[in-house]
Amino acid sequence: MNFIGKGILKGLGVTLKHFFMTYVDEIRNKVKGLSKEELTSEKSSAEATGIFTIQYPEQQLLPPEEYRSIPFLVYDLDENDQRKYRCTACGICSKVCPTQCIWITRKKDEATGKPVPQSEAFSIDIDKCMNCGFCAEFCPFDAIKMDHDFEISTYARGESRIFNKERLGKPLDYYAKIRPVNFQLEEEERKQKATPVNP
Amino acid sequence: MADLVSKNPIYKTILDQYKDVVQVDERANFFGIVVGRENLLSVLAFAHKNLQFDYLSSITAVDDFPEDRIEIIYHLFKSVGGPELELKVFVDRQQPTISSCVSLYPGAEFQEREVFDLFGVKFENHPDLRRILMWEGFEGHPLRKDWKEPQYEEEIKPYKSRWPEGKGILTESRTPYNDNVQYPYQFDPKSYDPQTDKELYENLQREITHNKNKLNTDQLIVNFGPQHPSTHGVFRMVAALDGETITAVKPVMGYLHRNHEKIGERNTYLQIMPYTDRLDYLSPMNNNFGYAITIEKMMGITPTPRAEHIRVMMAELTRVASHIWSIGFLLNDLGAYFTPALYAMEERELILDIFEAVAGSRMMVNYFRFGGVVRDVPEPILKKARDLVYNRLEKKIDEMDRYLTENEIVRSRCEGIGVLTAEQAISFSVTGPLLRSSGVPYDIRRADPYGIYDQLEFDVCTRTHGDVYDRYLIRLDEMRQSLRILKQVLSQIPEGPIMSGKNQYTIRVPAGEMYGRVEGPRGELGYYVVSDGKTNPKRYHVRAPSFINLTGLETMCIGSKVADAVTILGSVDIVLGEVDR
Repeated sequence: MNFIGKGILKGLGVTLKHFFMTYVDEIRNKVKGLSKEELTSEKSSAEATGIFTIQYPEQQLLPPEEYRSIPFLVYDLDENDQRKYRCTACGICSKVCPTQCIWITRKKDEATGKPVPQSEAFSIDIDKCMNCGFCAEFCPFDAIKMDHDFEISTYARGESRIFNKERLGKPLDYYAKIRPVNFQLEEEERKQKATPVNP
Repeated sequence: MADLVSKNPIYKTILDQYKDVVQVDERANFFGIVVGRENLLSVLAFAHKNLQFDYLSSITAVDDFPEDRIEIIYHLFKSVGGPELELKVFVDRQQPTISSCVSLYPGAEFQEREVFDLFGVKFENHPDLRRILMWEGFEGHPLRKDWKEPQYEEEIKPYKSRWPEGKGILTESRTPYNDNVQYPYQFDPKSYDPQTDKELYENLQREITHNKNKLNTDQLIVNFGPQHPSTHGVFRMVAALDGETITAVKPVMGYLHRNHEKIGERNTYLQIMPYTDRLDYLSPMNNNFGYAITIEKMMGITPTPRAEHIRVMMAELTRVASHIWSIGFLLNDLGAYFTPALYAMEERELILDIFEAVAGSRMMVNYFRFGGVVRDVPEPILKKARDLVYNRLEKKIDEMDRYLTENEIVRSRCEGIGVLTAEQAISFSVTGPLLRSSGVPYDIRRADPYGIYDQLEFDVCTRTHGDVYDRYLIRLDEMRQSLRILKQVLSQIPEGPIMSGKNQYTIRVPAGEMYGRVEGPRGELGYYVVSDGKTNPKRYHVRAPSFINLTGLETMCIGSKVADAVTILGSVDIVLGEVDR
């Protein structure tokens, strides 16, 4: 085989093409008049012919609706601005959790000692959580959901990474914001359940 | 017996030939024949020579504790396709010994070492019987039922301490080392002298003297890794060198071992699903696929047509993503530092975008369920997938082909390097692109169809030389075939439900055993599951393709130069999450 360096030139040509196409992409996107967010997502899409990467954290791609980070507990605010968690401490999430990182203490009625459908304590070891989404998938009360917030790294390890109920709670509005389609579907289902079928 | 013979008529031949020494496994939903310990080698030789069962797919064991018995299970196939032949040998649990079949099936070498390591079964006449996954000083055999990990809580999940009286504590704080590790009694790290490394070097020394040529040149032993970019993870190759020529190679692995199988036996059937993503993390959809079809076969359920189409679509997208990444990384190993790899990565990113939008995660997808998939693919995502398949991927694969295939450096570094002949490849139980590049048209999608692959049109690609260059070319060919499959699936995907039945979190699997396998991007991915009717499997074994493909590494490397060893390892395309499990 004779080495005249054609392969190397061809290879360098690919890099050069990508370099120029970056500017072509930029001009095309300017002509389209895209917003800042759209520009970012356009940059690493199937349309891109030039540079593919974006400048994190200055630019950020929006995660798709189904994206799952760690779980959170959904709560409503009642008239006294107190958190009203949807969780009924049924324990399905802690049973289905593959890493067994969910601990739940069921609340007991102080007078009778009988269990009431509320959790006394709810903690998740976030370091152990594998983000599989089983808890949200099998929760019958839509009380635990998967978050979109992935910037959760810290320097600390150990006890501080066991999130308690307070820390895990997020308002219903937040859930409706990050997962609008799923939220809409669930609300419709709730309404249907609430109205009796045969009065 | 009639059941068994109807499954594979070959069983009758063996039962007739060895009337007195073999019996049918009579337990309900158990298949295969039980062979006496003394007759194993003669039955295997008969199956190999007379019945052409030349390909040993997997060797594994099942601990029948509290019964005093360990079962060794052999799954044999013909390299021309056809049903399996399953042999079982029962050995005593206290003193388990069995003859090694490495002389008949060299591909058994690592698998027998694995069984020795994790079950403590001694294989007589094995050429190099050492621990393979656990560290040298480890005490006990972790896959035995009476072995317990340091953080042991209960036999099966869910643990009772989690609900209704759960108190969040660090699981690590329950053990003295604050971790899930244990050391033998009176172990002192300072005076610890790893014996197995010595054994390893002695083994290499023996091979050096064996292969010695007339000139008395310097012999050198060189360690590649465990931390080395060429090994694609934490993997170690110990090579004996004569000048710059390799005379012997021993792979050392287990640095990423977490005993996936033991975790699986503690988990319920569903809980294993997210763990399978973490085996071969470059092809999570295929791992899900293999596990799902194995359990579905045991339960006797079939997925809905839409789910079947989505499954195949995801599996083929994974194959493209995995192969394109593997080609990129091969170029990396050749010295084109990260430029081609990152161009390959772009396409992979676009495929992972689809996974993220559908399954919720780019790599740890956890997407398949028994009887279907967890979430439907919405129309916008299907459109995205169509755009990708019809407009972009094909062009990009062609572009790669154009720039790399005829490149002088790629050709001179890859052609004729790391050759594995067809006979060698079959005998080493090598599967996937490696086997097909040696000229054996063995693809489980055709040899043992699963899902809807029997309704789809595609070719099983083969190449003839079996060198690194052919392994590169066959990956290009297979990506094109994957696109062909994707086009068919995307054009005929039916409407309808995505799950047959309800998505349940506790399923009961009828007692029995099953060996299910799929064609992953790296080869045959097999799952062997034994159920005893409870909520968790009694035995859960993964036949990892990249682990077994490494058996052929030494043969490929001997006689080539040090720099070529890196290329050869790159062309084998191992993923350490799967090798070490």
